[in-house]
Amino acid sequence: MIPVLSVRGLKVSIRTDEGKAEILDDIGLTLERGRILGVVGESGCGKSTLIRSIMGILPRAATVEAGEIWFEGENLLAFSEAELNDGVRSSRIGFIPQDPLLALNPVFKVGTQMLEIMRWHAPPDGLRGAARRRAHVDRLVGLLKRMQVPDPETALERYPHQFSGGQRQRLLIAAALACAPGLVIADEPTTALDVTTQHQILLLLRELVAEFGISLLFVTHDFGVVAELCDDLCVIYAGQTVEAGQVRAILDAPSHPYTRALLACHPDRATTFIGIPGTVPSPLARPPGCLFAPRCSEARALCRTGRPPQGRAGSGAEVRCVQFA
Amino acid sequence: MLRFVVRRCLLVLPSLLGLLVITFLLIRVVPSDPAMAMAGDAATPEQIERLRQQYGLDRPIWEQFVSYAGKVATLDLGESAFSRRPVAVDIAQRLPATLTLTFCALAISVFVGVPLGVVAGLSHNAWPDYLLRVFSVMGIAVAAFWFAIMLQLLFSMELGWLPLRGELSPTIQRPPRVTGFMVADALIAGRLDVAADALRHLVLPAVTLSLGGLATIVRFTRAGVLDTMQQDFVFYERAMGYRRWRLNWIYVLRNSVTATVTQIGLLFGGLIAGGVVVEAIFDWPGIGSYTVQAILTGDRQVMLAVTLLIGVVYAAVNILTDLVHGVLDPRLMERG
Amino acid sequence: MSPILRKLSRDLPAMLGLAIVLFVLVIAIFGPMLAPYPEDAAASHLTRRLRPPSAAFPFGTDNLGRDIFSRVILGARGALSIALTVVSTAMLIGVPLGLIAGYRGGWLSEGIMRVTDVVLAIPQLILALALAQLMSPSLESAMLALSLTYWPYFTRIVYAETRRLSSSLFVDALRGIGAGSGRIVFLHILPNALSPVIVRATIGLGFTILVAAVLGFLGMGATPPAPDWGLAIAESRTYLPRAWWYATFPGLAILITVMGFNLLGDGLRDIVDPRIRRSR
Repeated sequence: MIPVLSVRGLKVSIRTDEGKAEILDDIGLTLERGRILGVVGESGCGKSTLIRSIMGILPRAATVEAGEIWFEGENLLAFSEAELNDGVRSSRIGFIPQDPLLALNPVFKVGTQMLEIMRWHAPPDGLRGAARRRAHVDRLVGLLKRMQVPDPETALERYPHQFSGGQRQRLLIAAALACAPGLVIADEPTTALDVTTQHQILLLLRELVAEFGISLLFVTHDFGVVAELCDDLCVIYAGQTVEAGQVRAILDAPSHPYTRALLACHPDRATTFIGIPGTVPSPLARPPGCLFAPRCSEARALCRTGRPPQGRAGSGAEVRCVQFA
Repeated sequence: MLRFVVRRCLLVLPSLLGLLVITFLLIRVVPSDPAMAMAGDAATPEQIERLRQQYGLDRPIWEQFVSYAGKVATLDLGESAFSRRPVAVDIAQRLPATLTLTFCALAISVFVGVPLGVVAGLSHNAWPDYLLRVFSVMGIAVAAFWFAIMLQLLFSMELGWLPLRGELSPTIQRPPRVTGFMVADALIAGRLDVAADALRHLVLPAVTLSLGGLATIVRFTRAGVLDTMQQDFVFYERAMGYRRWRLNWIYVLRNSVTATVTQIGLLFGGLIAGGVVVEAIFDWPGIGSYTVQAILTGDRQVMLAVTLLIGVVYAAVNILTDLVHGVLDPRLMERG
Repeated sequence: MSPILRKLSRDLPAMLGLAIVLFVLVIAIFGPMLAPYPEDAAASHLTRRLRPPSAAFPFGTDNLGRDIFSRVILGARGALSIALTVVSTAMLIGVPLGLIAGYRGGWLSEGIMRVTDVVLAIPQLILALALAQLMSPSLESAMLALSLTYWPYFTRIVYAETRRLSSSLFVDALRGIGAGSGRIVFLHILPNALSPVIVRATIGLGFTILVAAVLGFLGMGATPPAPDWGLAIAESRTYLPRAWWYATFPGLAILITVMGFNLLGDGLRDIVDPRIRRSR
């Protein structure tokens, strides 16, 4: 059974005023069908660039230097813009953005925006014209009911600013599912919400994954969310995958020093407010050797000279550290 | 919506009242002999005396102002020293020509300017963008009267493609006046050749008048588009596979034009001022040339009536602009 | 000063504007020394009327045989002096009014701002024409009329800045140590409000040159034989299309000069108010 999404050795750089920034430097992840993969990393680790690379919306100044993105057996990097826009976005890969207020166009009704998506990407149903539109509206109303958006029939006629944050996020989840994609990418969808709403949305997502039979790629910086929602986990540091495996296994027995440090800082586990000493290396000047070595308490001389190989830990996770090679 | 309009109208009243006061002061108080000032430079002593009594210039200032305000309210704007007719009648007769010119110029500025601005914004820093930026900088630096003369030189005198001046060729018979709008009257009278001639006469004046506005609209639309493209919802719309053409020309455009709409409202001032010059150069029989004529003959009643008229029009345009803003961005309507 | 110049130097159009403005300034100051025929400010040479552009007369000659190139150069002085007079007068009226209105509040403030609204309710050209007409047409009355119609732009800006600053913390602190109102306004608030005023002044210079040219064209400004650019274009009309050079070059001079001020003003605005990102 091939995985829905498999990223191998992805390297992406961006031309900036100060030089070439290597945002992604060997990213690898695997999302199996019907499962939820959490992608965890600090701000600036390259999570957004990863998402943009998968969806094919990189800025003009960015270049994919190397790597492959296999989606249901096809390499997305080989797709043209037209192929991506017509055949992949929304119809096969859905997207849930981070900030529901900023993501929606403020001057158009919510219904107009969602129907625009359906118009071009809804699965063919043999209908045309007004009948087709009616069918789309019905499907959307049905989805909104399932998302527990209040007054689903009239919701489509309202403007984004007339909904609360949590309601808007539900709208966006409905939009992501509207065209029945097999894969949904969620970009920190709960970051802009309060804790209670966050919990509700996570529950909802879990139910939807099972109900609609989708695979979910969930990007976040919060381990707590990962623990609650995800099946598998992938930890990113400075543009590299440092640990990947099953959530329970990794949380019980984290292997990579960075993962361990992150978990130790998490409010659920730490009693005092601690951080990880040092800062993330700038993408303009990556050090030779292991990127985490300058901040790693277990670093040896070997760590600073050569790039660490991928190894396997006792928990079954893939780890990029000499200790597990 | 109605409440919105009413509230805006009320807010603008003090300014108009102030304008009324100022024009009153200018015509009655500033000149040492208001009657002589009103009669114009070519009046006889009898005419001056008649005016003095007619306007009650021997009464106290307060009474004069009230009667002046009353007259204005009933559209009695005095009499033109030059044409010897009520100013209100002159204005009514000349208004259609100015309206035609103004709206044509506005239409050109908007319907050519907005798409060009979008093109410039979308091709940020590529050659169409640079070309359009140079154009918009030059467009507002150009003296309208000079541009008019250059156009006349090229298209009228050298190439002979377009007529030099006027609303209609002197050899053509004018259609009977129904609406006052030349093209409409020609069509109503079934005279297509006259309508065509009128349209040909419209080209150079309208293009001249539209230049400043065109440059401004290109500039602001471009800026609006660039700002909009940075916003998150554009990224979202791309991620959700919106068709590029629709994304740019429907969804981005709507968000980009708020600043442009403000500019269109402000443009009116330029159109009115520019209209004076353009009408003078092209012998266009509208309010602009009426104003210039009044200036040259010292016809003060006319000048001040025109000033008042322009103030009112400007205020009305501002209210209209606010209204359009509210329609374009529903969030503004709620805040009122 | 120098961080401003450094930021400005990265902005190509603004540097071009600065270059143009300096160029025009030099021409205005040294005009009579630079013009090949400085006497053509007034003299006439009827034997060489309406000659097309040539090596001897790069812009051709006008209907009185005067070298247009020289007259364009000499006209720069008039244009700039009118613009500087008008704008500085407008500033002298408008800035203090804005300070008073912004700082004092109450009756006086409302009154000043209402008058500002009324004056701004009319396009400047119309009002200037009306005023100039009432004062009997001449260059001086034109300049006065232009000043009297331009000051509200400064008042509005200064009013907004003063309002904003007078409720800020540092003004409270100053009042706390007993500084008098006058001191606060002139030594502390005014310098902070100066930047947008300078931007507006720069653009105002360009705009005034344009409006003054229109007034000159309509016969409400400079009078013959002054080498005024607007006046030259007006004079040229009767000799078209034959003497195309007569109308073209003075107009180009106006275009380039105004463009220079606009570009410079835009560049200054980008520095002064980066919040309103002009999206370069």
